[in-house]
Amino acid sequence: MKTFAAPVAGAIGFILLWQVAVWLRVADPILLPPPSEAFTDTWAALTRGTLALDTWRTVQRTMLSFLIATVIGVPLGVALGAKESVYRSVEFVVDFFRSTPASAMFPLFIVLFGPGESTKIAVAAFGAALVILFNAAYGVINARRTRVLAARIMGASGPRIMADVLVWEALPQILVGMRAGVSLALVIVVVAEMFIGSTDGLGHRVINAQMLFESGLMYGTIFVAGALGYALNLLFLLIEKRFVHWAGR
Amino acid sequence: MSIPPREAAISIRGLRKAFGGQPVYSGFDLDVRRGDILAIFGPNGCGKSTLINMAAGLLPMDGGTILYDGRDVADVRVGYVFQNYREALFPWRRAADNIRYPLRLMGLPKSEIERRVERLAASFRVRFDLHRYPYELSGGQQQLVSIMRALAVEPEVLFLDEPFSALDYETTLSLRDLLQAVLKEIGVTTLLVSHDLEESIVLADRLLMLTRRPTTVADDVPVALPWPRGTAALSSPGFVAIKARCLDVFQAAVAA
Repeated sequence: MKTFAAPVAGAIGFILLWQVAVWLRVADPILLPPPSEAFTDTWAALTRGTLALDTWRTVQRTMLSFLIATVIGVPLGVALGAKESVYRSVEFVVDFFRSTPASAMFPLFIVLFGPGESTKIAVAAFGAALVILFNAAYGVINARRTRVLAARIMGASGPRIMADVLVWEALPQILVGMRAGVSLALVIVVVAEMFIGSTDGLGHRVINAQMLFESGLMYGTIFVAGALGYALNLLFLLIEKRFVHWAGR
Repeated sequence: MSIPPREAAISIRGLRKAFGGQPVYSGFDLDVRRGDILAIFGPNGCGKSTLINMAAGLLPMDGGTILYDGRDVADVRVGYVFQNYREALFPWRRAADNIRYPLRLMGLPKSEIERRVERLAASFRVRFDLHRYPYELSGGQQQLVSIMRALAVEPEVLFLDEPFSALDYETTLSLRDLLQAVLKEIGVTTLLVSHDLEESIVLADRLLMLTRRPTTVADDVPVALPWPRGTAALSSPGFVAIKARCLDVFQAAVAA
């Protein structure tokens, strides 16, 4: 119970601070409604409005782009990492596009995929795939040399070493990459929902609420997006703990 | 020490190896008798590990030959125990699965694999749970699992690269006793690299003292002490005499 006490206290403190700001009229009540109003508006949107569907659509898009990113990024990263000289030659390109804000690529992807659903998925998948690829490659490159030698001396062939040692050695790092990748995919999807012709999704709901001065709903939607990102991160942390029990030991 | 060709399990001829233009071996010859435990001892950086890594086929040679009954190392069943057990075992496999791994690579039937694991566990009087993951075991237990994994394939030659140097003295003593009993029982030809003189003498049939680079043999010491060599053997007159001789040679080799 003690582990929950501190974060709960922090959250209550945050809400109190918000309430105090409302009492002190730090901002116009239209722009900064009390937390209770934000909660009721959000609850109404969740139960009677479209917010639940919006959340579900964002989850769908994030998961789909994350899935595509994983299917491309993990095998490619492992293969590149196994040939370090090859990875060094593409490293600059990977690092460059990894550092490029994905939002700057929207126009390019709209040209390639049209102003619809596939563009949102493609940009998010692209951004996440680079992060996953980079982590998978480094996981393989940093594989303990002794373990590879041990497998070789026991008679393991190149492909066996890949499947029995390198992939396992890289797995902790691959999962770190997947965790970073899913967070990035969510960020890109929400931004894409704001600006690339959307009719649903959390990004669309936030910007719509803002334009219609539905401040309570806007704050609520932001918190839903935050909770989603937090939950995804937590989920992947749990998966890491469960599946790479040996990491760091 | 000249060994008739028919008794030699390992013949090294004209071995050459250089690192960055610095020769480590330039024309090194060695024969190892079948079933012997040969300890290799020498100053730091003289290329002890380099020698067994080349013999095990982990490191390319610049020249010369290392043959096992006329065969290349690729055609020989070898076992290798690394100094760093933590990085040599597979932490994603349970201890028993680590031992089974080379046997599965060989394609042995399940019953034979289990038979060998059980026999090894009995030989080494294993009392801990082999169903655990390596990181759940103590350092000594992990190195014991490494040794069992190396011996599971029933190797023709066993390489031990400073197998006890990461363990405390108490663990080293008990593991040493177990290892010598098993090695003598199965009679596997063994190359042991060590930087511990006492350990080298206790475990070896023959002790090879190496000089600094370029490496040559400073002394080739037969260790004819009776087996088993427990803690009491460490203070026997025979042991003390050999140790004194080796220390003299070592000091001369380092000073040279």
